[in-house]
This record gives sequence, C-alpha cells and structure tokens, in this order.
Amino acid sequence: MSNTTAIQRPRFLAGQKLISYIFLVFLSALCIFPFFIMVINATRFNADILKGFTIAPGEAFVQNFNSLFSDRNIPILRAMGNSVFIATCAAFLTTYFSAMTAYGIYMYRFKLRKVSYNFIMIVMMVPTQVAALGFFKMVIDLNLLDTYYPLIIPAIAAPVVFFFMLQYMQSVLPFEIVESARIDGANEFRTFNQIVMPILSPAVALQAIFSFVGNWNNYFMPALLINSKNKKTIPILIAQLRSADYMKFDMGKVYMLICIAIIPLVVIYLILSRHIIRGVTMGSVKG
Amino acid sequence: MSKAQTMIKRKSVSYSRWGYFFIAPFFLIYTIFSLFPLVSTFYNSFFENYRIGLTQVGPTFLGFDNYVKIFTESKIQDYALNTVLLWIMNFIPQITVSLLLAVWFSSSSMRLKGQQFFKTVIYMPNLIMAASFSMLFFALFSDGGPVNSILTSVNVITEPIRFLSRTDWTRTLISTMNFLMWFGNTTILLMAGIMGIDVSLFEAARIDGANARQTFVRITMPLLLPIFVFVLLTSMIGGLQLFDVPQILTNGNGSPDRTSMTLIMFLNKHLASRNFGLAGAVSVLIFFVTGGLSFIVYRVMMSRYSLKSNNQ
Repeated sequence: MSNTTAIQRPRFLAGQKLISYIFLVFLSALCIFPFFIMVINATRFNADILKGFTIAPGEAFVQNFNSLFSDRNIPILRAMGNSVFIATCAAFLTTYFSAMTAYGIYMYRFKLRKVSYNFIMIVMMVPTQVAALGFFKMVIDLNLLDTYYPLIIPAIAAPVVFFFMLQYMQSVLPFEIVESARIDGANEFRTFNQIVMPILSPAVALQAIFSFVGNWNNYFMPALLINSKNKKTIPILIAQLRSADYMKFDMGKVYMLICIAIIPLVVIYLILSRHIIRGVTMGSVKG
Repeated sequence: MSKAQTMIKRKSVSYSRWGYFFIAPFFLIYTIFSLFPLVSTFYNSFFENYRIGLTQVGPTFLGFDNYVKIFTESKIQDYALNTVLLWIMNFIPQITVSLLLAVWFSSSSMRLKGQQFFKTVIYMPNLIMAASFSMLFFALFSDGGPVNSILTSVNVITEPIRFLSRTDWTRTLISTMNFLMWFGNTTILLMAGIMGIDVSLFEAARIDGANARQTFVRITMPLLLPIFVFVLLTSMIGGLQLFDVPQILTNGNGSPDRTSMTLIMFLNKHLASRNFGLAGAVSVLIFFVTGGLSFIVYRVMMSRYSLKSNNQ
C-alpha cells in the first residue's frame, strides 16, 4: 500500500505540474496577446489592417509614427510632456510628504498622535470619486480650471502611501539613529531630510513608481478639469480618439498612439519588475 | 526607573510637539482638497443646481428631491446592478484563478520553474493605462477588427460577431479586461499570505497523510482568511469605482442601451454636464455603500496592524 503511493506520487505530481505549466502559459499568452496584436498592427498600413490580421509585421512603422506625430489634432509629444510633468511632480510630493507625515506619527509622542493616526486610517478607504463633485466645484470657484494645480497639489495627502511608509519605518528605522543625530545637535527637519529620508529610499523609490504610474494613467479628474488642447494628457487624447468618428481614422495611427501610451511604462516595468512585484505585498499584507 | 530612562523620557516630551509640524502639511491639504469637498458634496446634493444652455437654474433648496429623482427618472438602481454584475463577472474567475496560482507558486512539492517570468507577465496588465487598454480592446473587437478576422480565418465563425452591439459580449469584454488587469495583483497578494503561514503546519498535515485538497481546505484557507477578506473587500470597493474601462470602451454611453453604464460613469455624466444637484445625490449614495464596506476593511485591518505604542 505504502509502496504504491510512493510510486504513484511522483507521477501524479508530474501530471499536475504539466497541467499547471500549460495553464500558466495560457494565462501569460492571454496577457501578452492583445499587446502583440497592437505592436504588429502599429507596423502595418491602414489598408492592410482593414483587410484582416496577419502575424507578420508590416512595413509602415515609420509612416504611422510620422503621421501620428505630425497630426495637429493629436498633440502627442505635448501630451506626453504634460503627463510626465504631472506624474513626476505628484510622485515627488506624495512620497516626500507621506514619509514626513509617517515620520511625525512614528517618532513623536504628541497628544493627538493616536487620533491623527486613526483619522488617516479611516479616510484611507474613502474613494476620491465620492468627493469629486465638491472638488470640481471648488476648482471652478477658485478659477483653477484648466490648470495643473488641482492635479498635483492634493498628492501631498495620500493616506495609502502614508500607511506604507509607516509600515516600512516600523521595520527599518531604529529610534537610536534619530537619538544620536539629536545628540549631535541636528534639528528635527534636518534629521529627517539628511538621515531618515536616505534610510527610507527603497520605500520612497517604490512608492514613487506606483504614484507615477497611477498619475500617468489617471483619467477621471483630468478629463473633467482640462480643456485646452495643449494641456491635455495621454489618457484624454485616447478618449478623444475614441469619441471621434473612429472609422475615418487611419488605424495604423490609432494602434501607434496606443503603443506610445503603453510602451514607456512596459519598458520601465520590465526593468524594475522584481522590485515592483515585491513591493505589491509590502504595503498591504505583511508577508 | 533608571536615570537614563528618565532622561530619554524628558527628552521625548520636549521633542514631541515637533510631531505637529511633520503632520501639518498632510492635514492641511487633506482638509482643503478632500474633507471640505466631501462636505460640500453632501451639501450640494440637497439643491437644484444645473445649467440649460446659458441659463443657470438654482441653486434652490430641494430637500431629498434629487435622491428621489435619481431613482425614478434616471434608474440609478439599474446602473448599480450593472456595476455589481460587472464586478462579479470579473471577481469570481479572478479569485478562483488567483487562489489556484498562489497555491501552485507557493507549493514546496511542485517547485514550479520560471515563477519570476510568469509573475512578471501576469502582473504587467495592472500597470497598463486602463484607457489605452480599453481603446485597444475596442479596436481589437470592432466589427472588422483583428479578433473577428482571426476567428473567421480559422472557421470558428462565418459572420463577424458584433461584440460591442451585444450586451452579453460588451459586459464580458469589460469583465475580461478587469480580470486581466487584476488577477496578477491578487495572485501576488494571496501568495504572500500563503508564504506567511507556518511551514510546520503543512509539514504536520503531510505527515498525518492529508492530501492536497484537505491541506487546502483545512489549513491554507482558514489561515488565509484575513487576507482573503482584505482582497475581497478592496476588490469590491474598487469594483464600485469602475470607470475608465467601460467609459472608453462604450464612449461614455454604457452602450448597448446603457447596460454597461456604471455608477461612476453616471456620476461623471452629471459632473460633465454640471448638474451638481444630481451628481451630489449619486456621490452620497456611493459614499454610504463604500463607507459600509470600508468600515469592514478597517476593522479587519486594524486587528492586524496596530500602531506601535511602546518603543523604548
């Protein structure tokens, strides 16, 4: 009896392994397939795309690229610049100030400490969209419509990033380091900037990436607030392309635009994927 | 208490007020850009306030009329149902596949190779811009698009399927996109949860002769429950906010016949047309639904993470 299970077990395991590999390959293919078609079609002539799909890439890459970048109705370069600007500013503000807030809660035993902490934890789950109306009205009343301030400044108060930073501090920042800086006579903000921030840099880098991606992809608020052509971001251009009479478009150009919106992030992701995947679990679950 | 401890204590008392300076920017910005708008949203939900062409109507106090209106004239219940349906259609396959993958990835007896590769690939769609992903699906599944062309050429279908004119297909496409965007993330979270379980428990189960199914039901699942609940509820809250994907795919119409219109798409419609009264009522409803769910998340999380109170 025990003999047969001992023999059967490896065989059963091998079968299970095979099934799991097949399933994993299938899922990976499912994830890659849409992007594969996208890249192929971005290299083909409009007429060929309309005729049907082929696996072989076409020869229209340069043409599609040029016709996209020379289209005055789709200021793609401008939009990329705008998206990069907003996402960079927001990523900087959100990581710096979240670290600062977390440090305040972590390091100091002030009266309202517990209350402040509980407050941030409670508001962490309130989705931003439910206050969108009040936010939108305020932006109109303050005459900030069609500016980037309302897309950048609120990044300072990011409860989720705060929570992540606090978790990280609790695991890497000993109080003794701060104590010794104090004995050396550094003031509190200098200690934070010159001693604490460098220790936090792995967490800061990770959150900067997530924040950059989030802002780069953000569509809901920018679409409501930004009107002028030269201030539009990439997601707004995509939506604009969708709402235009789509069949009149050069499809090669459409695929090229989607490519341009996706590829930069994919490249960054592939370079940093190890850190990013490890980071996914750091904030939300203690592994 | 030793002399050294007293000294540290006195010191930390004199430093403690610095905490206020460090947390001040957060609270200032949060109050201006989130708290005040939230209150204003509630306030505006009781007023008639919109524009027809160039004429401004209101603001006039209406009481609960806006709330009645969104149920009777706009059928918000239908959009709520769409939202929930789209979430379920995505979540059930997502949690099933993710649990399976998480168990496989963390199984010590299977020792799957290429884990890093698979994880990298399945997590990738999570970072892709939802707007562009949706636009891509729109192009791929259009009547003369590549998917129809491929299916016709391999003789699966004879006539192109009009994916975006059919309710079932449109909903399936939206759920598929959400599935692709989130199952990698969920897999990684669940896997971290499984890795956190004491290995000796699995070892003991193996020695006692438990098979894979028994181990999963009796050990993995019960110990994974807190993380499972966390994943479930955060996915629910995320699902209620579903916007980018259906908005771009259907050009904001929720076509066909508003069967893929979600709550936030409905809110966006009123915001874009500046009907502040109705937008307010929609927001308040969403607030209470997510608020209820969030409260549960908060309770679950707080039991896991408590603020370190004694440090020295």
